[in-house]
Amino acid sequence: MASSREIKRRIRSVKNVGQITRAMEMVAASKMRRAQRNVLATRPYADSMRDLIGDLNSRVVGAARKGTLLEVKPDTGRVALIVVTPDRGLAGSLSSNVLRRVGRFIIEQQELGRTVDTYAYGKKGRDFLARSGQNLKAEAIRLGDTPKLDRILGVATAALSRVGSGEYSEVYLVYSEFVNTLVQRPQLKKLIPVEAPAESGSSRLDFTYEPDQEELLAELLPRYVETQIYQAILESIASFYSAQMVAMRNATKSAKDLARELTLSFNKARQAAITKEVSEISSGAAALSDG
Amino acid sequence: MPIHLKIVTAEREIFADDVDLVSAPTRDGRVGILPRHAPLLTILTSGELDIVKDGVRTPFAVSGGFMEVLPTKITILADTVERADEIDEARAQQAVRLAEEGRAAAQSERDMELAEAKLRKEMARLQVARLKEISRRQGR
Repeated sequence: MASSREIKRRIRSVKNVGQITRAMEMVAASKMRRAQRNVLATRPYADSMRDLIGDLNSRVVGAARKGTLLEVKPDTGRVALIVVTPDRGLAGSLSSNVLRRVGRFIIEQQELGRTVDTYAYGKKGRDFLARSGQNLKAEAIRLGDTPKLDRILGVATAALSRVGSGEYSEVYLVYSEFVNTLVQRPQLKKLIPVEAPAESGSSRLDFTYEPDQEELLAELLPRYVETQIYQAILESIASFYSAQMVAMRNATKSAKDLARELTLSFNKARQAAITKEVSEISSGAAALSDG
Repeated sequence: MPIHLKIVTAEREIFADDVDLVSAPTRDGRVGILPRHAPLLTILTSGELDIVKDGVRTPFAVSGGFMEVLPTKITILADTVERADEIDEARAQQAVRLAEEGRAAAQSERDMELAEAKLRKEMARLQVARLKEISRRQGR
């Protein structure tokens, strides 16, 4: 059995760790509430945008799709992948779940004979892609807890411009979807060509477009894609704080359990030492009186 | 018969209610939408967005976006929207001045365009703030 001094030192360090994880849990919890509010607040815009695109997509047919982001282009053998991850770790398996999805996607695409160019939001994804030698074209890290839309547009624009120039036939987005505090799910979405969500039934209406359909699509579709990316980033932030809070709560609990166990063995060691001393004294005394 | 209006920006939902009239600045000029308007999809520009409900006019300043008009609902996807009574006139004036300086300092053509868009947006805000002031005085 370890010496009681050693056990004492371990108890102290475990308790310290427990205090830190507990503090991190509380910080994550308060930031989580804000991040969750942000996600929920932006969903109406993203949803309205999706409805609008759905309506539009079912009405725009044939040649009118040409040259827009709706157009399904012939395979160029090159696709883009936008990876959204948190900047920091200590959030359980959140980042690795997303990155595993990324790895699987790249392998699938390579089996189809395509090259994948990657774009990263967040440090975890950036590091992973750089380390594993992927073609990392652009990155944006340290976006903060409530990123503004214009802060995130740079990377998106870089990817979109290469769609415009015909370099990519498809663009995908990977992020961690925020379902609730306990569940975050890695999501892979095809951004371009823009795919119609379920039809909303207004497709037979005789629509007026102002100024005209072409100009509208040219404005609306990039905006739609940006919105999707922005939403993905907010979802990722909310996922991060939720996962971190849960991870830190578990860590705090483990630290507490461990401290309890160690205290128990410390007490046992102390008790053993006392018993030993007493029996030594009493046996010594017995030896004296016998003599 | 009112029509349902929803105004959302990328950051949050601003307004959702039944209204009687929407007057919005589009790229081709101002449009007024009454209930049972023909389906329309249009691009908004910066300017004043007015909503009338039960005879009460609520002005907003909008900086651009899209508007979809369907038989039963209107959806406005705005870049930024502010309720007129949330705009502080002095600060709006300050913002206009800053935007003018930004335009004067613009180097490239792209900078120029951005600065002008910003200036238009700030002017619209200021105008909406002033209109609100006027209507408040008349109300007295």
